[in-house]
Amino acid sequence: MASEAHGAEEGGLVFHPMDQFIIKPLFGGDEIGLFTVTNATLWMALAVLGIIVMMVIGTRSRAIVPSRSQSVAELAYGFIYKMVEDVAGKDAVKFFPYIMTLFMFIVFANFLGLIPMSFTTTSHFAVTVVLALLVFLTVTIVGFVKNGMGFLGLFWVSSAPLALRPILAIIELISYFVRPVSHSIRLAGNVMAGHAVIKVFAGFAAIAVVSPVSVVAITAMYGLEVLVSFIQAYVFTILTCVYLKDALHPSH
Amino acid sequence: MEGQLAHIGAGLAAIGSGAAAIGVGNVAGNYLAGALRNPSAAASQTATLFIGIAFAEALGIFSFLVALLLMFAV
Repeated sequence: MASEAHGAEEGGLVFHPMDQFIIKPLFGGDEIGLFTVTNATLWMALAVLGIIVMMVIGTRSRAIVPSRSQSVAELAYGFIYKMVEDVAGKDAVKFFPYIMTLFMFIVFANFLGLIPMSFTTTSHFAVTVVLALLVFLTVTIVGFVKNGMGFLGLFWVSSAPLALRPILAIIELISYFVRPVSHSIRLAGNVMAGHAVIKVFAGFAAIAVVSPVSVVAITAMYGLEVLVSFIQAYVFTILTCVYLKDALHPSH
Repeated sequence: MEGQLAHIGAGLAAIGSGAAAIGVGNVAGNYLAGALRNPSAAASQTATLFIGIAFAEALGIFSFLVALLLMFAV
């Protein structure tokens, strides 16, 4: 993203806080084609692998008294299932596999990104925009398939005065199409901002006078980032559920 | 000169983060006030709390994005 700002000031920032987000090919070369193995694809694959390992090992024994790994798998399953049921309604349960996949991928990508020297895939808009666009397309198609033209009732606020409805319809339409934008930028922006802040504090650690403060600040920010990683995944999935509820029950 | 102006603009965009902080604080504070009045209803509203926080926070993230664009893309 930025490599021109490598200021080698005295004891100051010797690396750029945005350098951690540069995508590099893993096996030499400089060009990044469609199928080049980069650090981004590596960490995405690791996230998928982590999910598979967690869920397959967790559900292997299927004991009545769950082991530790089984408890984790059951906890994740139950957590998402309850969220889908509570927020999107009983008839949205058939979308549960999709929402579970989304949540697990984002959580794993976020948490793997917190490992020092790793790469955070969800900090890239390319990744989150694809996720958000898929949700947007799913919701729109499901809305039209389920309700036909009745889906357009989402934009026609029947509880408002008649004179106000066309104006509200335009506002609702705009807010509908801004959804994928805010949906994706929220996740990527939060993750990217947190990681950049940690790197900025890490830059201050080189100055002897402020380095103790800097180390404490990094630790505190890291703790906050662990929280943010989970909350942002939760928010992404819960908003997916809200949009899904709109598609299934479009009446305003 | 233009590059320096972009830096000033990025700094101004950072004010938006403070505004988003006010918004998020408002949501969380009102939730807590309501939860203390009626603790039995609090648990069922945590999802709403997070949705509200997410909406308030998104606009702060937009200002962060503007700052990033000014710093690196302009």
